[in-house]
Amino acid sequence: MTVTANSNASNQTELISAVIDGIEIRVPKGTLIIRAAEQLGNQIPRFCDHPSLAPVAACRMCLVEIDGMPKPQPSCAIALTDGMVVKTQQSSEVAAQAQAGVMEFLLLNHPLDCPVCDKGGECPLQNQAMTNGRAESRFEEGTKRLFEKPININSEILLDRERCVSCARCTRFADEIAGDPTLELLERGAHQQVGTADDRPFESYFGGNTIQICPVGALTSATYRFRSRPFDLISHNTICEHCSSGCSTRTDVRRGKIMRRLASNDPEVNEEWNCDKGRFAFTHTVIDRISTPLIRENGELRAASWPEAISFAAAGLKGKRAGVLTGGRLPQEDAYAFSRFARVVLNTNNLDFRNRTSSDEEAEFLANHIAGSGLNVTYRDLESADVVVLVAFEPENESPIVQLRLRKAVRNNKLKVIAVDSAAAPGHEKLNAELHLAKPGTEAAALSALADKLKGRNAIVLVGERAAASAGLLSAVVALSDATAAKLAWVPRRAGERGAVEAGLLPNLLPGGRLLSDATDRAAVAAEWNVQQLPTTIGLDQKGMVQAANAAKLDAFLVAGVDVTDVAYHDDFKAALAKTFVVSLEPHYSSVTDYADVILPVGVITEREGSFVDWEGRERSFTAAMHQSLALSDARVLHLIANELGIKFADDAKSAALHKSLTELKSTTKKPAMTKVSAVESAGLVLAGLRQLIDNGSLQNGEAHLAATAREAVAKVNAKTAADHGLIDGNLVVLEASGGKLVIPVEIAAVADQTIWLPLNSDGSTPLINLGITIGDSVSVKDAGAYVV
Amino acid sequence: MTKLVPNLSAHWDEADSHTLTGYQRHGGYTAMKKAFELGEDGVIAEVKESGLRGRGGAGFPTGMKWGFVPQGDGKPHYLVVNADESEPGACKDIPLMMLNPHSLIEGVIIAAYAIRANYAFIYIRGETPHPIRRVRQAVAAAYEAKLLGKNILGTGFDLEVVVHSGAGAYICGEETALLDSLEGRRGQPRLKPPFPAVAGLYASPTVVNNVETVASVPAIIKNGAAWYKSFGTEKSPGIKLFAVSGDVLRPGIFEAPLGITMRELINYAGGMVSDRPVKFFVPGGSSVPLLTPEHLDVPLTYEDMAAHGTMLGTGTPMVFDTSRSVTKAVVRWIEFYKHESCGKCTPCREGTYFMVDILKRLEKGKGELADLDLLVDISAQISGRSFCALGDAAATPIPAALKYFREEFESKLVGAK
Repeated sequence: MTVTANSNASNQTELISAVIDGIEIRVPKGTLIIRAAEQLGNQIPRFCDHPSLAPVAACRMCLVEIDGMPKPQPSCAIALTDGMVVKTQQSSEVAAQAQAGVMEFLLLNHPLDCPVCDKGGECPLQNQAMTNGRAESRFEEGTKRLFEKPININSEILLDRERCVSCARCTRFADEIAGDPTLELLERGAHQQVGTADDRPFESYFGGNTIQICPVGALTSATYRFRSRPFDLISHNTICEHCSSGCSTRTDVRRGKIMRRLASNDPEVNEEWNCDKGRFAFTHTVIDRISTPLIRENGELRAASWPEAISFAAAGLKGKRAGVLTGGRLPQEDAYAFSRFARVVLNTNNLDFRNRTSSDEEAEFLANHIAGSGLNVTYRDLESADVVVLVAFEPENESPIVQLRLRKAVRNNKLKVIAVDSAAAPGHEKLNAELHLAKPGTEAAALSALADKLKGRNAIVLVGERAAASAGLLSAVVALSDATAAKLAWVPRRAGERGAVEAGLLPNLLPGGRLLSDATDRAAVAAEWNVQQLPTTIGLDQKGMVQAANAAKLDAFLVAGVDVTDVAYHDDFKAALAKTFVVSLEPHYSSVTDYADVILPVGVITEREGSFVDWEGRERSFTAAMHQSLALSDARVLHLIANELGIKFADDAKSAALHKSLTELKSTTKKPAMTKVSAVESAGLVLAGLRQLIDNGSLQNGEAHLAATAREAVAKVNAKTAADHGLIDGNLVVLEASGGKLVIPVEIAAVADQTIWLPLNSDGSTPLINLGITIGDSVSVKDAGAYVV
Repeated sequence: MTKLVPNLSAHWDEADSHTLTGYQRHGGYTAMKKAFELGEDGVIAEVKESGLRGRGGAGFPTGMKWGFVPQGDGKPHYLVVNADESEPGACKDIPLMMLNPHSLIEGVIIAAYAIRANYAFIYIRGETPHPIRRVRQAVAAAYEAKLLGKNILGTGFDLEVVVHSGAGAYICGEETALLDSLEGRRGQPRLKPPFPAVAGLYASPTVVNNVETVASVPAIIKNGAAWYKSFGTEKSPGIKLFAVSGDVLRPGIFEAPLGITMRELINYAGGMVSDRPVKFFVPGGSSVPLLTPEHLDVPLTYEDMAAHGTMLGTGTPMVFDTSRSVTKAVVRWIEFYKHESCGKCTPCREGTYFMVDILKRLEKGKGELADLDLLVDISAQISGRSFCALGDAAATPIPAALKYFREEFESKLVGAK
């Protein structure tokens, strides 16, 4: 019998032929014995081996016999060679005994506390002790070595050193994959243990993965510890709602409650990793939930029935000059429903999903260059590129799986990363990135200097949402891409943003990548929607709508997934909401529901089905993990309002039907290039910053253990700027702008000249709220004395 | 009776044997000139021809090891001297470094020249500050005399020598763990391949040699391979430092051709310390299986030791007379390996822990017959299954001890008379 590896790569790769347990196998050259045996259905037991980590051959569990070698060899570290004859535990007594011996040793100092261990039931040590171990211990009279248990290695991860088998998967993950090599093995012999230097916390955005790859119960999470047994869980395939990375996740539910979330293995996207936000931040699905429709009467909210609330909302919107605001949480199908509702029911193009700093330039960039571009740049493309340029995009904080994939390519394929940003970040160092620091507003000039480095090479430019804050930057990015043939991708921060672009949730854009200004596109959309015509005037963006409402030119808002504090003009925003009739579709109480006239509760992500579109343009569909939930989707609520108004909106508000309709609208017609916008630089010192991965974002509510792993909020300036403004490293700085003041510790770091960098939404650092300004705006600073903790 | 051949130890009785003057008085630093005349490949050929084998324990042919270093690869090459002598019973490299450090430095110059290395590191056991100080002084003197540094003797050959102190871990005597330690990491053995000759220190081609090996090179170059080969046997040519310790009258270092017997060495050491005869001995440090009086006339060569189920190892025999308990000796050795196990691989980390647990029970008279079989079984579960040779070494004492002295072990079991 011959088994040939089913590998796409086999066409290009040289195949070698070897024999495992008497079965001839042909595999690509370089295939490890343990991987080849897997293809024969032979699971050689293992602990330290992990397909994504470099072999170490430390645990010695996978020993096999190889003809011509005197000792049993670790199958995890030796590649099959042509003609090699291997005997595993299936056919070799030596291999079987070697494995049983190692298993006996591993259990010696293991506490055997399976009945109270979180891992019990899904534990490789437990399972392999059953398949490859001996029935009785010969260590019965022995004294095990003891450790204090458990200890925290950070606020989220607990370590039980007695259970550890020293496989070093966690430490290797931290070093090789995450690039946070502060988790290490300490001491020696049986006292070897995982730990961190000086007992400082293990700082990583990806630490939760170590729990998942731990082959024993040594690493557990504060969130899941002692909460469930694996065999009581029902697992659901889900997609992470936190960012545009599009991670495939597994949501484990026990008796209607989410117990935990794990990374699923998706080789095209997240491989088998996710970030700690994706893993641990799911309490938002249950806290602060709005349980019933609410109507505001005499300034107070009161519970209402669904029919009453729907008719109240419909009456309030009927015939009004309305605007539609959505945030980044919506699945593509619900975004599409909003897009259609605005045009068909409210007869307006006043709609915008960008609840953040944005610009007309960005709207045109998204409409003409991103919408409908499909799978233009993929994770795999990043891996095979020669050069990747990061523009106003810091992947570790803003799309962490992009960071991991870039790091993988930097390590394996010698990818060169160039970053154009306002400040250096730890993530840049992990990518060995060439950093071009640029004050917000001047990035365009820095970009033009890069053309020579990209020409003639397999180059990709990744631009982030922060680019919208710098006039002319997106124009410059398009120009760079055109001049060098570099591929271009836009990496938004939130999970729903790319889907919202595809659904046409912009004042100038229709669904399917169709332009509002194009009569053919308008006709195609009108036909799909069974209406005579669509509103043709380009609508207002979010800021425009806020201004219009405050000038009494807009009467009503339909809002979903928006927090007013996400924009610098939040005071105007609140005033606008206060003046108008506001219909709010939210699962949670928020800064918008405070002003809503009617609140229509909708389901959270785990209660609905649909799809996100990740930054690649890849559709990531999911089903409801809490399928028994009665919560409605946004689309369903819009459907009810339209019905109430007697307007034929859609035949079916189900996700699948919406998805089909949107798919049919997809256009691949080449669109004109965007209008070039010139750069504008603010004089003097300006604000820069980003939203750190773990911060005050509302989807992280209720996760204290996660919150404690956030990076400390400090302001950063370079030495020259500090000297110019009299700032002292380690002291406090007071920032002042039109909206108020903010006091924060300041650190001298690699930052562009005349720029002060701050986290935008972290504990102690919320400049949009405190100062009322955003990236690129002028700010004044002065020293505020010593920082005493 | 085999004659001693003092070479490295020839002038140890002179008060200034450790100084540059003392070394040069006897023709020191002339071999390097000859080496420069021979050329790099000529030196490698001469060392190959001499049959010199590594003196750190494994006995790998030195010239062949040098020949593995890829040439013209554009990478820096490194020479690393393993002076982490920590084996129980082994005490030859430290006296050599104390009394004749310049032979080591001249050997370093010649070896580095041969493998085209411009940097050499001498990694000395951290618990022994005296040789560290002495070798540092010697290196400083050699720099002063322009024997090290830039353009040595006008040949255009540059060599920088760094003396590095270990931090107290037996595992760092394992060559790849030593390299990790030298790079500033935690000392644990590396996965091989790649071997150090291809990717060693800082991922560059590296030769790791024992102190005695390197120090032997100047004499080979000076006197020729034929001179060196005239000593010893065909498979174990040359001369070696034998450090005899234990129950002999005058423990010490005896430089002799390979093939000398244990009986002869004991004679040179003044015989036994009392009238009690030899009970057992280990020929090369605690990591090799013990032998008994019936092996006193077996030649101490790599091949003869292997034929009798043991190894020459470091060539530092420990002699035990009949007043000694073999069980106690074994317990101490295994405790040493348990204490020094680096923890990387399961068999060594847990197996040594398991064995000590049982041996402690035996020592207290609480062992049972099944425990003896269990000890043999555990040794078998470690031997050939561990990551590096430390695990194998930990598995060696018990099988041999039980083979020759099973009755003594049985006499300590529960219920024994």
